[in-house]
Amino acid sequence: MSSMEALVTPSALQTRTKLRAEHVNMVFQRDGQKMAVLEDINLEVGDGEFLCLLGPSGCGKSTLLNTMAGFLSPTSGEIKVDGEVVRGPDPRRIFVFQERGVFPWLTVEGNIGFGLFKLPRQERERRIAHYIKMVGLEGFEKTYPPELSGGMKQRLEVARALAVNPDMLFLDEPFGALDSITRLIMRGELLRIWEAERKTIIFVTHDIDEAVQLADRVVVMSARPAKIQQIVTIDIPHPRDISSPRYLELRDGIFKQIGLAHKV
Amino acid sequence: MNLRVRLRPILFIAALLAAWQIAIHRDSVHLLPGPWGVIGGIADLVRHGVLFKYIVASLFRVTWGFVLAVVLAVPLGLAIGWYRRAEMAFNPIIQLLRPISPLAWIPIAILWFGVGDMAAIFLIFLGCFLPLLLTAINAVQSVPAVYINAGRNFGLSPFELIYRVLYPAVTPQLIVGLRITLGIAWLVVVAAEMIAVNSGLGFLIVDARNAGNRYDLVVAGMVMIGIIGLLLDMGIRSLGNIKSSRWSYSED
Repeated sequence: MSSMEALVTPSALQTRTKLRAEHVNMVFQRDGQKMAVLEDINLEVGDGEFLCLLGPSGCGKSTLLNTMAGFLSPTSGEIKVDGEVVRGPDPRRIFVFQERGVFPWLTVEGNIGFGLFKLPRQERERRIAHYIKMVGLEGFEKTYPPELSGGMKQRLEVARALAVNPDMLFLDEPFGALDSITRLIMRGELLRIWEAERKTIIFVTHDIDEAVQLADRVVVMSARPAKIQQIVTIDIPHPRDISSPRYLELRDGIFKQIGLAHKV
Repeated sequence: MNLRVRLRPILFIAALLAAWQIAIHRDSVHLLPGPWGVIGGIADLVRHGVLFKYIVASLFRVTWGFVLAVVLAVPLGLAIGWYRRAEMAFNPIIQLLRPISPLAWIPIAILWFGVGDMAAIFLIFLGCFLPLLLTAINAVQSVPAVYINAGRNFGLSPFELIYRVLYPAVTPQLIVGLRITLGIAWLVVVAAEMIAVNSGLGFLIVDARNAGNRYDLVVAGMVMIGIIGLLLDMGIRSLGNIKSSRWSYSED
């Protein structure tokens, strides 16, 4: 147990804890059969940290993210944000789905303003304009999402999330449906936004390179039921040189941890 | 090019009308009145001042029956689709009533409402209600969960969630359902008017036959039904051109 604690407590973390998962278990019932999806997840995420949850497809990392965001309640254990138990979704913590999450019946402006309905009109318009600029969608204010490319839809969804000024962002394989070039550009954009706004970001991916390029720490998860196998601190400052020896060393370490030789 | 494409159906219809007229001339046994006869019939109806009156009577009934069905079936269907348990409760009844043609209700409609507008409106309402209800239920159930979750995430109250997420999300499917249902309403009104009332385009057809085998008036009535049905469909289809509803899930 004590070695486990040592594993999950962030060593390089100077800031206070934002989110804490305590003995989180999740069991799904399907056709009368019980299926364990999450097994004793213990994790601390620091304020302003960029954390990646990495694991094979279908391992349960999305379930963990949905539980952290309050869309699912754990079978046992607790998720706490700022010391408070999470009981449901909250506008202070916005979940970014894959690009499918934007509303096709609203324009770019309408989507970004979606969560700002409580603000006075002037403030709402100011924020919409600010985030349209931040994600580079100027000129597309009145455009409907079906006319946007995949990368633009994804940026739109990030802008909609940021516009309500949340403390945390949950991103569930947000760039999974994009082509590889757009994906690289989007990673750079996300880092730029993160460095400007310093939100706490929890980012689910099954792409090892993506995790090592983005995260402060990478949480490596096992196949189902998902357990935390290892937490890797990525101690390379941004912008990261993806051919540096340290990068390759960290990446290869995770490849080995997951049990993959990286020769094709 | 564009003009030729547009002219093509008109030319085709003109050719068919010409063929019809020629066939009538060659065959003295009058199976059908010719196009000229039908035009004469329409002129006759206009002269006697009944054409406009009958069209208004039919449209009046369709409007009431259709609007009542929309007002009741759409909110009910959205609610049933939203609550899984309600769907499980309602589904057997819906499936049992669905195969019963609205025309089978004619005797009951007359028993309850007598011969008159109310009976016809009731029949049209019945013909529209179940298809609309099913459309609304299915529309809710096919709304992707991400939209609902996103709405909840931004702190919407249940009412706001319905108004700002659920309702726009089901709109494209509802428009398709409205279009199909209005077509049904127009089919049902003709049948209902043949039996349950003594005005309207359906009544015109039966009356023209009964009161002296005026088949030119019968076909004139059919032509008017076709033209008005087409116009109704075009009208409701234009709803689908509104930008905020011109998308479908498959585009993503």
